[in-house]
Amino acid sequence: MYYLFLMIIFKSVLCDNTNSLFHFFFCSQEKIERRPRKAPSDIDGYAVEPIHQQEIFELVDIKDPEHPYSLEELKVITQDAIEVDGNRVLITFTPTVEHCSMATVIGLCIKTKLMRSLPSRYKVDIRLAPGSHATEAAVNKQLNDKERVVAALENPNLLRMVEECLAPTYI
Amino acid sequence: MAKLSSLVQHIEAFVDVSRPANQQTVSIDAVASLLKNDLLTIETLVKEMEMYLTTTDNIIRARGILLLGEVLTCLTENPLGNATVHSLIRFFTDRLADWQALHGALLGCLALLRRKSDAGMVTGSDARALAESYVKNLQVQSLGQHDRQMCFELLECLLSGYPNDVASLGDVLVYGICEAIDGEKDPRCLMVTFHLVEILAQVFPDPSGPLAHYAADSFEILSSYFPVHFTHPKSDDLYVKRDDLSKALMLAFSSTPFYEPFAIPLLLEKLSSSLPSAKVDSLKYLSSCASKYGVDRMEKHSREIWLALKDTIFTLSSENVLSVVSESPDAMGFQENEVVKEGLICLHHIILQNSNLFINLIVEDEDVEVIFRSVTSCRSYNDITVEDRKKLYMLGRILSVSAQVSSSSCSRIFQTFFLRLMDILGVPLDGSFLLSEKLNSGALYLCIELLAACKNLVLDSQEYASKSFSLEDTCCSLLRNVSAALTDALSSILVLRMDQGVSEDIYSGVKGLQYLATFPGFLPISKPLFENILAIFMSIITSGNERALLWKLSLKALVQIGTFIEKYHDSEKGLGYMNIVIEKFIELICTDDSVMSFRLKLEAITDIGSTGKDFMLRITQGMEEAISTNFYEACIKENLKAVEILLPLLECYSSKVLPWFQNTGDFEKVVLNFAINIWNQIENILTVSTCFQKKDLLDATMMAMSLAVGMCSEENQAMIVQKAYNVLSLVTSLPLNESLPLSAPINVEGLEHSQYLYSFSSVDEWLISLFASVIMAVRPQTEIPNVKLILKLFVSVLLRGLVPAAQALGSMINKLPVKLNSTEGSSTCTLEEAMDIIFEANLWSLSVNDPLRKCNIMDRNKVGITNLFLNIYENVTVPTQAIVGLAWIGKGLLMRGHEKVKEITMLFLRCLLSSGKIRIFPVQQDSLGDCNGPDIDPFVMRSAADAFHVLLGDSEVCLNRRCHATIRPLYKQHFFSIMMPILLSSVAESDSSTSRHFLYRAFAHVISGSPVIAVLAEAKKLIAVILDALSTLSVDVMDKDLIYSLILTLSAILTDENERDAVTENAHIIIDRLIGLTSYSHKMLVRETAIQCLTALCGLPYVRIYPMRTQVLRAILKALDDPKRIVRQEAVRCRQAWESISSRSLQF
Repeated sequence: MYYLFLMIIFKSVLCDNTNSLFHFFFCSQEKIERRPRKAPSDIDGYAVEPIHQQEIFELVDIKDPEHPYSLEELKVITQDAIEVDGNRVLITFTPTVEHCSMATVIGLCIKTKLMRSLPSRYKVDIRLAPGSHATEAAVNKQLNDKERVVAALENPNLLRMVEECLAPTYI
Repeated sequence: MAKLSSLVQHIEAFVDVSRPANQQTVSIDAVASLLKNDLLTIETLVKEMEMYLTTTDNIIRARGILLLGEVLTCLTENPLGNATVHSLIRFFTDRLADWQALHGALLGCLALLRRKSDAGMVTGSDARALAESYVKNLQVQSLGQHDRQMCFELLECLLSGYPNDVASLGDVLVYGICEAIDGEKDPRCLMVTFHLVEILAQVFPDPSGPLAHYAADSFEILSSYFPVHFTHPKSDDLYVKRDDLSKALMLAFSSTPFYEPFAIPLLLEKLSSSLPSAKVDSLKYLSSCASKYGVDRMEKHSREIWLALKDTIFTLSSENVLSVVSESPDAMGFQENEVVKEGLICLHHIILQNSNLFINLIVEDEDVEVIFRSVTSCRSYNDITVEDRKKLYMLGRILSVSAQVSSSSCSRIFQTFFLRLMDILGVPLDGSFLLSEKLNSGALYLCIELLAACKNLVLDSQEYASKSFSLEDTCCSLLRNVSAALTDALSSILVLRMDQGVSEDIYSGVKGLQYLATFPGFLPISKPLFENILAIFMSIITSGNERALLWKLSLKALVQIGTFIEKYHDSEKGLGYMNIVIEKFIELICTDDSVMSFRLKLEAITDIGSTGKDFMLRITQGMEEAISTNFYEACIKENLKAVEILLPLLECYSSKVLPWFQNTGDFEKVVLNFAINIWNQIENILTVSTCFQKKDLLDATMMAMSLAVGMCSEENQAMIVQKAYNVLSLVTSLPLNESLPLSAPINVEGLEHSQYLYSFSSVDEWLISLFASVIMAVRPQTEIPNVKLILKLFVSVLLRGLVPAAQALGSMINKLPVKLNSTEGSSTCTLEEAMDIIFEANLWSLSVNDPLRKCNIMDRNKVGITNLFLNIYENVTVPTQAIVGLAWIGKGLLMRGHEKVKEITMLFLRCLLSSGKIRIFPVQQDSLGDCNGPDIDPFVMRSAADAFHVLLGDSEVCLNRRCHATIRPLYKQHFFSIMMPILLSSVAESDSSTSRHFLYRAFAHVISGSPVIAVLAEAKKLIAVILDALSTLSVDVMDKDLIYSLILTLSAILTDENERDAVTENAHIIIDRLIGLTSYSHKMLVRETAIQCLTALCGLPYVRIYPMRTQVLRAILKALDDPKRIVRQEAVRCRQAWESISSRSLQF
């Protein structure tokens, strides 16, 4: 059911851009504490630390839309399910149940988070683990369609949901 | 009359419920102060209030009585006549029946009951009447929380203050109390209630008394609270914690033996509950109750208690026993969980109470027997199943707890189990041990536990001579018989399983030997046996296999044995320890064998030495010998190996030995010896012409020397200085010989020895540096011979680039007295004179025909500095070093708060400004002529800028507390507030880019050296300059550390609430600069901090930052691809923060 709902939203969003006007009237007052910290020894200041599996895994520390747990705790994503190959990242996630209505939202969250956190040269592909979901193919197609993703994020309701899921990772 | 009218007003104000609360408190205070100052008597007050106290209007009556109660609460200290107290308490007692006005009546009763005897107390008969009225009239359960609490407090006061009078009420009272406390739920009330029961038990101790009669009922009320389950959130206004409640309830439970028939079964039942906290509580209560109820009453429960305890301990032993020997070798065993720990404590209490009965129960217990058999049936530790291992540890703990209770229990346990263990291990009671096969691990473990228990028992009985422990006890004679064979058996484990042993066995072996060695003097092992054990440990240590567990454990064991000897002043064992362990270690240090690395040896030896003073003294002696021998080798024969030994030795001396002595005190002699010894060595070496070249060796020696000197008293320091001075004067190339005039006015010509300036060998460098390290560390009062000459010497060598000389000079300037006492000799000098020497000695002038010499008469100080400055064009390195020297001198002056530091800093500033063709000394322009104008070398400017780092930085080497520097409070703040305006205006005025670069450098040094508080106070003015400095300095890689300290300061400003306005104002330029720094490639920390600052800036007003949003996001996008992980993480955070500026607004 939710899948259908999403489809409707995806479409309706394309002709609804009025919300962007609000950008100019509200501001966030998020205050982030900072203190000078004792530096770890900067042994080789110029050495390059490549982005690897674990770093991406730490980035995908997302709250489940339906539970107060993180995706890691629910074993929706594991570190082994992340493949990094050059500038390509492939993430395979496993919904908790086969008919999980939130699979699309979870995928969207992961995608949004990585799009915001990885350098732009990376291409992120998200897919459901084979056989883990009833409408696997449809969800996969939806998640890897660039335009649909952008459109979805223009929708205020959906964006709010995504932001809520991503929020705890920024504390 | 006026008073009276005001009184009436106050009373009316209080009685009127519609008045605001604060007005009512004011009236109470006013009335109370009238009474306190004797302007009013209670009688008058009562008369005045008569209408209010007796009216039929419930509300007004209640307010009236409450006022009286409140006023009495304020007057607990003021004396009142007996008659007054009597009539008041009668009144309140009567009023208890008046439920509408109860609050005031309770308050009044409490206030009267709490009075001290010297201020007039309630009499016994009145108290009794009050109690009667209480029981008759009050329905406590139906009252509100606050009133209930007061009721209970009232009872508490009655029971504790008038036990005899109240006791006569008997059954009625006890019944009343039971009724009152039944069903109470408020934690604050419960605390009082539980205490009430406790007092009640003291009031009615009679076994046929009322409490005994009502024991079942009252315990039933109490028992419903056990185990205390209290989930109230922590932070609230109740101030009652679960532990407090539980403790109060425990005291109530154990208050009277009458509860025994009910309490013990309840506790045993709750012990089998599945809730861990209930188990812990039960065990605690059981311990407490057992000791209160007495042996006789507990006896009949002993069997059940033992069974329950056994069950708890065995089934609940910790889950993670697998990691028996944890990484740190002192923590053998497993993490005991709370329940087991409490269970063992309870076992101890109960055995202590009735040891014969309980030991019998344990010894004859079938389960114990079964477990004992099963755990000792496997040969190797690895064969024992996990389940059995748990049982093994628990059995060990139970046996050890039981054995530790008393000597009789110890003997009993030893008789039963130890003999059997010996049998299993194959250790004969007489004769020697013949190793046949592998020892039984389980038996070994139990055996070691028993040994430990026995040892602790003996030590305890020695400490508190209360329990006599006789030599003839079974366990001791038993131990004496087997000790030799047991030692052999244990050492066989260590020797045989050196490489591949099971770690548990090794652990047991080492511990066993350690316990045997640490039995007190008379028992049970002989001297040769003790020495044998030490020798075994030493042989393991010298094998040098430091990775092995065995090695670490052995070292630990040796340290433990040493600590034991020191603690119990066991001279005989101390002697053995000294001979076998300490001497062997010293031998190890002195000889060179490659089995153990030298640093490892040093580590081991300092661990061993830190156990006792005598040992440490001997070790220091040995180390000094080693230092002496190697010093000679290293310096004369240039033996590289000797240097390799000497370096760690000296480092160890300064990092371990000296601090140890400082902590223990009484070190003067050792330290003095050390310093003098080094100087003796140097003196010896000087006789042979030689070459000192090892810079790191010099550093280590200087460090040790300055530490050692710093610890000494003034007299000893004076001795060291004298010694050093004597050695120094042996060297003819230095200007310390008699040919130089010492106390005469300074002869400028005499000091211009260009030949000694340049004939400066490495020996001289060594000598002077070492001498400087002595001078740096002396106390201000210490007498230094020939101060003037030394000053000149330092000034002259300073130009050779010898920084220690500059530091020593700074230290001397910092410590010299301002005025001389007349008693002091001519060899000392004042600060003023010293400054004269430094500035007028003219040492910096390399060209003899300096025109400025003529000016000397005018103003010596000023010209001295001028001289220095004007002549530095000749050679680049010399002025650079002169500036370093001046910087240290300036630091010395700055720290003592001397004015002249200004002149020095101004000189640095002029150096920095000079390339801008600014006239430096306009006054002297005429005489200087052609000296004006030329640019100063960038190197000089750089060192002038860095001089500010020296001025404000904290030095490890000198001018710190350890070196007894004179430190004026807040000197950095002071300097900052003076320098900052000057620096800021110089920056503004300077028009040359080089000059500005170095000015910013100096600025950065000042900012990062000053306390953050001082910087924050000036933040408004500084922000713009900091940003400029950041952009100027970010060009040069060399300045990366400065950039980092600047950006840290900036981040402190950005996050400070008070600076928000200033930051908001400058948001645009700050963000611009930070964006630039997010790609600063030379230092990761700079990038990280810049991004963190950007994140923090997100909190600024929206209008200010929104225009910058795209710019920031673009920069952050690049930072997401940073080579460093930490920076990327910060970038993710920052991006989210800045993105959310817009996306949050979407939600509206």
